[in-house]
Amino acid sequence: MKMDKHTGMTLIVKMITRVTVGFMLVFGGYIVLFGHITPGGGFPGGVMIALAYILITLAYGREFVEHKVSGVTASIVDDLGALLFWTMGIIGLYVGGRYFFNFLGKGEPFNLFSAGTIIINNIAITLKVGMSLYAIFLALAILQRVVTEEEPKEDEK
Amino acid sequence: MTLYFLDFFLLTVGLYALIAKRHIVKKILGVAIMEYAVNFFLILIGFKKAGIAPILTKDMDIATFIQTAVDPLPQALVLTSIVIGLGTLALMVSIAIRLYERYGTFDMHEINRLKG
Amino acid sequence: METVIILHILLVFMIIGSIITVEIKNMLSAVIAMGAVGFVLSVAFLFLGAPDIAITQIIVEILSLIILIRATINVDNVAIEKKEEIIFSNRTTLIFIGVILVFAWYAFHSLPPFGDPSMRVSQFYLTHGLREVGATNFVTSVILDFRAYDTFGEAMVLFTSISGAFAILRRWKKEQHKDFLRIDREH
Repeated sequence: MKMDKHTGMTLIVKMITRVTVGFMLVFGGYIVLFGHITPGGGFPGGVMIALAYILITLAYGREFVEHKVSGVTASIVDDLGALLFWTMGIIGLYVGGRYFFNFLGKGEPFNLFSAGTIIINNIAITLKVGMSLYAIFLALAILQRVVTEEEPKEDEK
Repeated sequence: MTLYFLDFFLLTVGLYALIAKRHIVKKILGVAIMEYAVNFFLILIGFKKAGIAPILTKDMDIATFIQTAVDPLPQALVLTSIVIGLGTLALMVSIAIRLYERYGTFDMHEINRLKG
Repeated sequence: METVIILHILLVFMIIGSIITVEIKNMLSAVIAMGAVGFVLSVAFLFLGAPDIAITQIIVEILSLIILIRATINVDNVAIEKKEEIIFSNRTTLIFIGVILVFAWYAFHSLPPFGDPSMRVSQFYLTHGLREVGATNFVTSVILDFRAYDTFGEAMVLFTSISGAFAILRRWKKEQHKDFLRIDREH
């Protein structure tokens, strides 16, 4: 099937995308939030969330996603993630005397809110890594569209 | 011992692709193979025979866990190394795309000849 | 003992897959063989007791396959393999690699034997990790509490490489027509 630049891919791909994107986002969130109990953490969770957005971009075309999460929004969220991670370090410096000091309470093991600041650091890393990779995919995909659009320009040379 | 040597052979396969091939994307694939070999080597160093993963579960005794867990420090370093490898791969691919649009070919010998 | 034999088989598979990646002429097949090497690497990480790394390796492998296919499937699908006067470069590379392998065989005798690591620093992380951090995943506690500064440096490296890729891919308005006219003239 041809890849029409206004509507994205075929109908079957769009239906399957509608079903699986929710699962991917929930699984990515689970890997991030429980990163201090089960294997995972900030890095695989962030890449998983980026892959969910990339799936929507591939199946529905770029204009559909630009209304929801554009390139500018991805850049801003990426910067917010990096700033949040740095802020946790500075607050740790003021509270405990060491950079990235773990200043929140450590509850019981195997709970969600044990291990202090690790959960906030995980969320900051996820925002940073996920939105970075999604933005670079948008930049690569923009190029494809501009190259294939220029075919009719041969007659006006 | 032979595991270390076979892993180093994988590294030299990637090195050969980086040096002796003309197509730019083959060179990028060579760099990616070298990254795989290096990450594998770091995890191989920290392996303990009959060891378990360094994750504590509810029904495990802490003393036996400390004796039989594999090394968690190389795993932490390799985790960030894999994601950094993805970032540099994106940078190399963007350079290759710009070179193609500027010179019209992926061949490095042609690009060295044209040069402007 | 069985783990060691399985690791040998997986490594031989990865070597065969990477030789196929390097030597095949069609670029799309090379990228697909690269994907196979990455998946077998993730299985090998599982056998080595590193589930975090296995999850990260599979997900990063999928994303790098997408980026590489975007680079190769542009216009050109066949690699250029003219073997004119390049025999000098191929032969000296192979001799050089052979010399490295001979020296590496003697160098690997000075590492600690396989399966018996010298965990001088990690013994501290394992014994004091649960009391000082409270997380039961010791790899996460090493990344985000004992060595959080290294993770901060990694986030900055990722930021720099992604913004470098953006700066390269940016197009100015008057440059667009010049590049596309050149490509049209060559066809």
